Amino acid sequence: MATILETHGLSMEFRGFRALDGVDLRVEGGTVHAIIGPNGAGKTTLFNLLSGLLRPTRGRMLFEGRDVTGLPPHEIARRGIARSFQITSVFPHLTVLDNVRLALGARTRLGYAFWLPERVLARFDEEASAILASVGLADQRHRPASALAYGQKRVLEIGLALALHPTLLLLDEPTAGLSLEEIARVVDPIRRVARERTVVLVEHNMGVVAALSQRITVLQRGRVLAEGTYEELRAHPAVIEAYLGGAA
Amino acid sequence: MRSRAAGWGLLLAVGLALPWLIYPVLAVDILAWGLFAAAFDILLGCTGLLSFGHAAFFGTGAYAAAVVALRLGVAFPWDAVAGAVAAALLALPLMALSIRRTGISFAMITLAFAQMVFYVANAWRSLTGGENGITGVPRGEVLGWSLSPAVAYYYAAFPLVALGLLLCWRIVRSPFGRVLLAIRENEVRTQSLGYPVSRYKLIATVLSCALSGLAGGVWVLNHGFVALDAVHWTTSGTVVVMVLLGGMATRLGPLVGAALVMLLRDFLSRWTDAWGIATGTIFIAVILVFRQGIVGTLEGLVAGRGGPAAAPAAPPVEEAASGLR
Ligand SMILES: Nc1ncnc2c1ncn2[C@@H]1O[C@H](COP(=O)(O)OP(=O)(O)O)[C@@H](O)[C@H]1O
Ligand SMILES: [Mg+2]
Repeated sequence: MATILETHGLSMEFRGFRALDGVDLRVEGGTVHAIIGPNGAGKTTLFNLLSGLLRPTRGRMLFEGRDVTGLPPHEIARRGIARSFQITSVFPHLTVLDNVRLALGARTRLGYAFWLPERVLARFDEEASAILASVGLADQRHRPASALAYGQKRVLEIGLALALHPTLLLLDEPTAGLSLEEIARVVDPIRRVARERTVVLVEHNMGVVAALSQRITVLQRGRVLAEGTYEELRAHPAVIEAYLGGAA
Repeated sequence: MRSRAAGWGLLLAVGLALPWLIYPVLAVDILAWGLFAAAFDILLGCTGLLSFGHAAFFGTGAYAAAVVALRLGVAFPWDAVAGAVAAALLALPLMALSIRRTGISFAMITLAFAQMVFYVANAWRSLTGGENGITGVPRGEVLGWSLSPAVAYYYAAFPLVALGLLLCWRIVRSPFGRVLLAIRENEVRTQSLGYPVSRYKLIATVLSCALSGLAGGVWVLNHGFVALDAVHWTTSGTVVVMVLLGGMATRLGPLVGAALVMLLRDFLSRWTDAWGIATGTIFIAVILVFRQGIVGTLEGLVAGRGGPAAAPAAPPVEEAASGLR
């Protein structure tokens, strides 16, 4: 399959501090591409650039062959890149169902209809229910998101990204802080989505990385340290030293 | 369902009886300020934007309605509608600049723009009459009925204000209103879902300002007179107090808040010139007990007893304030 996402010399400076330093990345369409690296390596910053929340200080990003550098977040979302957040980012005072309806409505122009009653949003309910069922939140649909347990919020976080039907899904540590049972609940939908879409996955759990991803990029202090398959990286001296160390 | 119909019936009955319960000029003031507060709450309660310059739009509506009624002979309700249009036209550039900021700096920039509008109103004597204001604004007639009697004007203003209120309530409870709530709750996530947040904010602010201008138009025809106090920052402050007192992000809160403040002002000003201080003290006392405003807190109590699920509530005052980064 063709390359769906490329970055060339992508750099991000925060008041002189280089969080990302000349990152070249190629993600093949239809794969799960994991990004690993120690805390502070710049993984979330990379996602903030790819999703348009930050503008790179240098470098370019191409999505489906087109330059998307510097586009605002909503424009990037419209082109088919969705992301989840490492720090859970849902709409706390809205119900679980309303959270998902909002995500589903984002691809329509219904959101501008200030003259229509809100019951027209019921047109999204069937699809929203399917998404909630797929992440195991069907019975929570009428609770406010703030009332969910931590693990359920994480799962809703993924559900919102899935509801956008993105071409490219960026998942920032989807399993952070989850129990084993909850991890399974997140991994299954990701695996299903990955059959038809491309996923870039930031993940600390090496079991999840090995199970899901075809390719792995290792980031360290804002630079690409190595890239390859799980097997290749397990044998990579610099990676063993810097990151996999104890685990390998 | 039946209790809802009863609720609407009761509201309508109170609306129709109001000019017989209190004197009619005060009754129209409650309508006008109630609409102003409801329009303001589209931004404060629903979108999480604290404008501290809404006097500019209320006042522009008042001046515009006065000028077209007096100089061009435009009849009711079109003079008041002209107030709404003028406020919307002013809001478009001012709010397009203001919404680039959030939180407390949005409040500051809207205040700064409103101060500019105040100075323009003061300096542009040929149009606004400067410190003397515009006097003798005629109410005219509707379908052959003279609106000169205050009661007649009340019943002419009532359907117009009712339409304005219904539009406010619809905006808040529409697919659009849902996106505004999402912006209030989590602006970054709303944007990441693909909503162009700035465009939504611009539409919301222009709608809010237009409806505030309509309220200003209704208000100026009530008094036949407008001066600089309409665009003074204290007018912006008063509408904030009304919404917080009644309860933001509730349907009736802005109306209840507006009615309370107007009644208090009317009652206290008979005894003292310092009614502002007295109103402020009462405001603080009420907010200490009813942290989400009177209506917000009562709705919370009913919902807590297993009543119907309330609409997404606004956070209490201090939580809202802490969001004003
Ligand atoms: N908005 C910001 N302002 C300043 N420094 C930041 C900002 N965002 C991230 N950083 C810094 O950039 C580095 C990389 O952070 P991050 O991308 O969150 O790492 P990771 O997700 O790999 O743990 C860290 O040192 C972090 O402190
Ligand atoms: Mg991170």
